[in-house]
Amino acid sequence: MAKVIDGIVYMDNNATTMVAPEVVDAMLPYLRDLYGNPSSMHTFGGLIGQDVLEARVKIANLIGATPEEIIFTSCGTESDSTAILSALRTFPEKRHIVTTRVEHPAVKSLCENLETLTGHKYRVTRLKVDAEGMIDLAEYEDALREDTAVVSVMWANNETGNIYPIKKMAAMARERGILFHTDAVQAVGKIPFDLKTLDIDFLSFSGHKLHGPKGIGGLYIKRGTRFVPFLTGGHQEHGRRGGTENVASIIGLGKACELAAERMDEENIRIKYLRDKLEEGLLSAVPKSRLNGHKTDRLPNTSNISFEYVEGEAILLHMNQHKICASSGSACTSGSLEPSHVLRAMGVPFTAAHGSIRFSLSSYNCEEEIDYIIEKMPPIIELLREMSPFWKGN
Amino acid sequence: MWEYTDKVQQHFLNPQNVGEVENASGAGEVGSLSCGDALKLTFKADSNDIIVEAKFKTFGCASAIASSSVLTEMMIGISVDTASKITNEDIADALGGLPKEKMHCSVMGREALEAAIADYRGLKLPMAEGEIVCECFGVTDLEIIRAVNESNLRSVEEITNFTKAGGGCGKCEDALREILRKAVGKKAEIVSLDPLPKRMTALQKIKKIEEVLEREVRPGLKKDGGDIELIDVDGDFVTVSLRGACISCKKSQTTIKEYVEKKLRELVLDSLIVEEEN
Repeated sequence: MAKVIDGIVYMDNNATTMVAPEVVDAMLPYLRDLYGNPSSMHTFGGLIGQDVLEARVKIANLIGATPEEIIFTSCGTESDSTAILSALRTFPEKRHIVTTRVEHPAVKSLCENLETLTGHKYRVTRLKVDAEGMIDLAEYEDALREDTAVVSVMWANNETGNIYPIKKMAAMARERGILFHTDAVQAVGKIPFDLKTLDIDFLSFSGHKLHGPKGIGGLYIKRGTRFVPFLTGGHQEHGRRGGTENVASIIGLGKACELAAERMDEENIRIKYLRDKLEEGLLSAVPKSRLNGHKTDRLPNTSNISFEYVEGEAILLHMNQHKICASSGSACTSGSLEPSHVLRAMGVPFTAAHGSIRFSLSSYNCEEEIDYIIEKMPPIIELLREMSPFWKGN
Repeated sequence: MWEYTDKVQQHFLNPQNVGEVENASGAGEVGSLSCGDALKLTFKADSNDIIVEAKFKTFGCASAIASSSVLTEMMIGISVDTASKITNEDIADALGGLPKEKMHCSVMGREALEAAIADYRGLKLPMAEGEIVCECFGVTDLEIIRAVNESNLRSVEEITNFTKAGGGCGKCEDALREILRKAVGKKAEIVSLDPLPKRMTALQKIKKIEEVLEREVRPGLKKDGGDIELIDVDGDFVTVSLRGACISCKKSQTTIKEYVEKKLRELVLDSLIVEEEN
């Protein structure tokens, strides 16, 4: 069994987050005594249905939606598949999808499968990104066709934190009668949302990225948008998603959204300050290091830095010795032989792509941790560079 | 997270013999930055052909560093002849084993050793004479056949784990399966664990070339008042035409070869040949 490691410095919150203690407390009664089925006729179960509704209200409040516009799913990936497949079934005669080259595998793989498994019945346009990872809106406009059924563009990128101009892109799709989906798994809880003012038809989010539990996700479906369920079965979620509700996790997600709303300002001021301090500290302390992503249009918690001429897995394992947790876009960490598709799409040179480290903060991080990382990182990079045949000195 | 043995961790965290031997008797360099790992191995042998000193410089993950480190320990104190018999399996065994996806790190060690010994003996590298099968990682058929025989490989996935061949664009998969079939013989059962093939069609290649020209090449040329246009792609031959200030530039051939071709090789396919339209 895995064990608790004391004193870790956790900077991998885009991978997953600590479940907030308040969330655990809110969930526990539903794992113990309140085990009823919310669909039941009896009071014992039925009252739990009330609690599920309250959770739905909290979630809707966080993103500026109404509770009826939210359905619960098992994860962000399920939400993505549900939305895109629903859109395709809504317009069976349309065969074109617009997405980007930097999507999360949840969308990327689905689109690949839609091409290959249907014998290329569906065609996918993947928008390019520039060196800072941003999309060209003119290219986007050109990509929208009469045949386009759905656009799926992430709100914020998991690796770089880049935020895309979703408001504008959704409006452009709406003008042409094209459905718009956004994978907002990395953005919900970190930045404010007001969906009632936007032309977004579908928005995916996930519990474990905002201090909720794993195994719970959600999908916003704009009122009036036609919807075809992905998982059919019982009448749960008004027939929009079969399967008995994951009650404890729904309650936990509700609590997590409530906390996220309370901490939104902190996230955007204190966390951003810590992130900027970390970023500036590392970029100035380590020669031949560079930021991957856009300098300003970015989540307040994410920093992706490449240390040239060294390899990411080796960096991470040395960081692990100091109990610092982060991620890398290097090939070796994923088991694939090529570095991350996001960094490659941005044209990050190989010298830097293999040595990329992603730091992603949360409101549980403090300034001492930032100072600690700024102190520990430069010697690790130096040590590995001295070992590297490509490093010719500063 | 990878399951690394204590021995791998030990060699990774406290690598032995890091550096370069001065006035080395033999030196071998394998891998590249684009491949994600590279190793430079140098050693010194005395008049009796005994290796007295060996050092390495490695760019790569923990298992690449550990494989290099343990290899130098294995080499020191034995004759060049004995060292030449060290296999990649020996390197992996000395580390208490490697995760299967990381076996190519031990192969890299063996290849660097071979290259260094060939250099010492003034010989050409036999492996380099084969034909490149995997263009992404520059792996030859001879290297693949040898890995199949030495490590008893039975699937394309295993070939990728050991040699990296097929781990990039994946278009050499059929060729790898054919090599495997020939090397293993008809009797042996070939395990098929491979995912759906990801080929690069001619169209995908053209698209990718265009994308790289647009993003990586054009901005640089435009800064100097020039431009470039893609005329044709025929197999590996890419025909381009320089525009604007580039036309009258004396260095246009250098631009094509040193800049455009290098970029396209790095980012699209390392076999591409770029030519200017006549």
